[in-house]
Amino acid sequence: MSEARPRAARHRRPRAVLRYWTVLPLILFLVILFVYPIADLLWQSVLSAEGDLSPEHYVKIAQTPVWLHVMAITFEISAWTTVFCILAAYPVAYLLATTRESTRNQLILWVMLPFWTSFLVRTFAWIVLLAQKGPVNRLVAALGLSDAPLTLIYNFAGVMIGMVHALMPLAVLTMLSVMTTIDPRLRSAAAILGARGGEAFWRIYFPLSLPGVAAAALMVFITALGFFITPALLGGRRETMISQVIIIQVQDLLNWGFAGALSVVLLAAALVIFILYDRLLGLSTLSGSARAAGGGAQGWIGRIGARLGTAIVAVLGRACDIVQIAWERIRPVRGSRPRRPVARIVLWVTSLLLIGFLVLPALIVVPVSFTAGQFVNFPPEGFSLRWYELYFSAPTWVEATIRSFVVAGLTGVLAMLLGVPAAFMLTRMRARGKGALLALILSPLIIPRIIVAVALYIVYARIGLVGTSAGLVLGHTVLAVPYVVITMMAVLKTYDERLDQAAASLGAPPWRTLVHITFPLIRSGMIASFLFAFITSFDELTIALFVSGGLVSTLPRQMWNDMLLQVNPTLAAVSTTMLVVITVIIIAAEYLRRRSARGS
Amino acid sequence: MRAHSEFARPMTAGPTKLRTVALSKSYGPVVALIDATLEVADGEFVTLLGPSGSGKTTLLMTVAGLVLPDAGEVWIDGKLSTYLPPHLRDIGMVFQNYALFPHLSVFENIAFPLRMRRVPEPEIAAEVKRILELVRLPEIAGRLPRELSGGQQQRIALARCLVYGPSIVLMDEPLGALDKKLRDQMQLEIKALQRRLGITVLYVTHDQEEAMTMSDRICLMNKARIEQVDTPEGLYFRPRTIFAADFLGDSNIFPARVMAGVLEGPGGVRVQGLKTNGGGAATALIRPESIRLLRPGESDDGQASGRIENAVFVGGFARVFVRLADGTVIQAKRQIEAAAHIPAVGTEVRLGWPADATILLAEGARP
Repeated sequence: MSEARPRAARHRRPRAVLRYWTVLPLILFLVILFVYPIADLLWQSVLSAEGDLSPEHYVKIAQTPVWLHVMAITFEISAWTTVFCILAAYPVAYLLATTRESTRNQLILWVMLPFWTSFLVRTFAWIVLLAQKGPVNRLVAALGLSDAPLTLIYNFAGVMIGMVHALMPLAVLTMLSVMTTIDPRLRSAAAILGARGGEAFWRIYFPLSLPGVAAAALMVFITALGFFITPALLGGRRETMISQVIIIQVQDLLNWGFAGALSVVLLAAALVIFILYDRLLGLSTLSGSARAAGGGAQGWIGRIGARLGTAIVAVLGRACDIVQIAWERIRPVRGSRPRRPVARIVLWVTSLLLIGFLVLPALIVVPVSFTAGQFVNFPPEGFSLRWYELYFSAPTWVEATIRSFVVAGLTGVLAMLLGVPAAFMLTRMRARGKGALLALILSPLIIPRIIVAVALYIVYARIGLVGTSAGLVLGHTVLAVPYVVITMMAVLKTYDERLDQAAASLGAPPWRTLVHITFPLIRSGMIASFLFAFITSFDELTIALFVSGGLVSTLPRQMWNDMLLQVNPTLAAVSTTMLVVITVIIIAAEYLRRRSARGS
Repeated sequence: MRAHSEFARPMTAGPTKLRTVALSKSYGPVVALIDATLEVADGEFVTLLGPSGSGKTTLLMTVAGLVLPDAGEVWIDGKLSTYLPPHLRDIGMVFQNYALFPHLSVFENIAFPLRMRRVPEPEIAAEVKRILELVRLPEIAGRLPRELSGGQQQRIALARCLVYGPSIVLMDEPLGALDKKLRDQMQLEIKALQRRLGITVLYVTHDQEEAMTMSDRICLMNKARIEQVDTPEGLYFRPRTIFAADFLGDSNIFPARVMAGVLEGPGGVRVQGLKTNGGGAATALIRPESIRLLRPGESDDGQASGRIENAVFVGGFARVFVRLADGTVIQAKRQIEAAAHIPAVGTEVRLGWPADATILLAEGARP
């Protein structure tokens, strides 16, 4: 044993800046590539064409009925999307939360499937499915439900189907994160205290799951506000959303200032909703910690809300109870034989239908891609590989594919390098600035993507990053890094820090602790984070649309260009390839995860 | 021998409140409960005691209706309830983590079962007030569960379960989350409440001291089976199996040979005057507190001699470990008045105990 006494300097606590240095690169990155561009965009919006300070763009928005109408449509579509998403996602999330863990993990993979599939692939699938002579209409005709074919596409219905399909997984996962924190014994307790299924659900489970519902609604609504792919491809002229207008203003009319003003209105809408949410429920519910409903609400709004809520759930519970009592009259409950879990069966059937709705479109693309015919059709005519030949022999497609992989890979690496150290620090940080830091890091998810894209485009245009892969990687990293931080924080929250302390007490210096203890234990979380970042980039269109310019194209960008012109089977071949690539990556990751889980 | 002994039935004269008949339950290849038959009389406090995985919680859950058995029957208050949903069983339950509804106030938590029974509002208010006074927490009706201490939460859980007067109260390690001192206090409090109100309780714990303190009878469980059902004294002084002898308290267990009322054990152990007619190989149990150190010239029915290997102080007791000639170690636990009475390690001593402290167990000793 040496008698070396640590120097006095070692006893001093490092200053905050030094202790928290691991988060600094990420903050710097976001300030340069996120905060500054958006601030600049805001600045542009209050400048006139001559460069003077002027509210002219806002005046124009306020005075032109067309723009106000677009705003109204944007809100209307987003609101309906939110309503349908919540209604459809709740039973699925409830089933997932209340089923066995192994079953849950399997079902989550299916729910996540559309999440992993390219956005454009899904939209393409809906174009095929909902067409005038498409499979849905033929099914309707075959069942004799309608004489004339239904108009399901290029109208409000098409946009709704596409958007609900796109955002439902987000709603399910957000609600699930709250629902899994609800103690299952509460339902047992309610049952023992005399509550039938309906009463137990409405009086106990539902109020406790409400923070999840609110968080899901918020996430869906905000995300929906910035949509343009779905309304552009599945909607009619009436369903023009604000993001589409912004794109036209930037790309075709080069009117950056006006685009900026439109973005500001969109941003303001998003922020107002966020602030309202925070006031009523608190942002902490977003990270999945279930708070007592009503308990988090402050002031008279909260109190009235809580009263009203209690009354509503009491009525709903009573209503269910009456139905159930009636059912018990028809089929009396006996102690001598097991009951058939009718409610559970109904829940399973409903949920599986909804999961089918999520899964099927992605799968429809596969057979379509092997068609021998000239046009996209389902079921396909004959079998051929001609569209794959066309895909792999077209230089534009091949280049776009390769670039997408490279950009996604680099984005993944960069997002990990910035996000993982930050997540480490944020998890262990107790300081007061934590909330603000987290808000900054997560804001690229909250602020509509189109705004980030426009802002980056304006900055890139000045420094010559438009049309470069570097510009794409940097832009995609802004969007991917929040996912990395969230995922890693979730992993690290459950990580037992005492293991690190044990390693340190056994004589391991910090970096060896990291390499030999921490990283192996959180490997699966790191892989998941990387994949999140990879896929965020691989599937990203908005930033690519602006930043990639005319020459440098990514796969989603190329698909978008093609889809706007015509729907051809090459797109199916590309979609299938993307689907296969991503599925292989996911399965590989899942395999790695299981193996590491078995190893530990 | 195990479940169907005379002690599986309550000894008190009250009518049967709960009867389980040959309950079995498996989870895939894992057998959780085999052939569990138990009766609990009105007003009786019965504890399911056993190590983790012994099936005690599964048995409780089948009574609650939260787990449905593969085979067997559950009778509550004379009504066949095997597959009845929990809300139709007329039972109450205190959960390990209390399962208080976090979004409801203490008042609403306690009012919940009354509301489910459509009790009129004024009556609810009166009942909740009465029960809160019973658990001596009348002033916290407006608070949320998370604003309560662990002990308070425990009492509220108890109040919520008692307020509607269920036939049977089930308790699943209700004191597990409390610290030792509070636990000891709550044990006595719950027991007093149970006696005063004449409640029938089926209680799960893995803590033998807790079981001893609170129970009228203990149902000892091991490896998914009921091992022995008896009063605490009966289980302690008349265990039937090695497991029962070993699980409760300290024990000296050794293989022995019995012939004509004389037992011979390893290392020169010899007991005279046994009141048994049988003969042949047996397993003997002697509780350490029955064994004393013999003074020179003194003798007893049971005797052994050896060298003191270790002696430790345990409060007002000393544990003395004596190694016999063949290496067998016998433990004696004696009350001592002063430090002078602790014999020195290495001393040659003689041990003695009365014949009726020698218990012959049903099964063979482990090799």
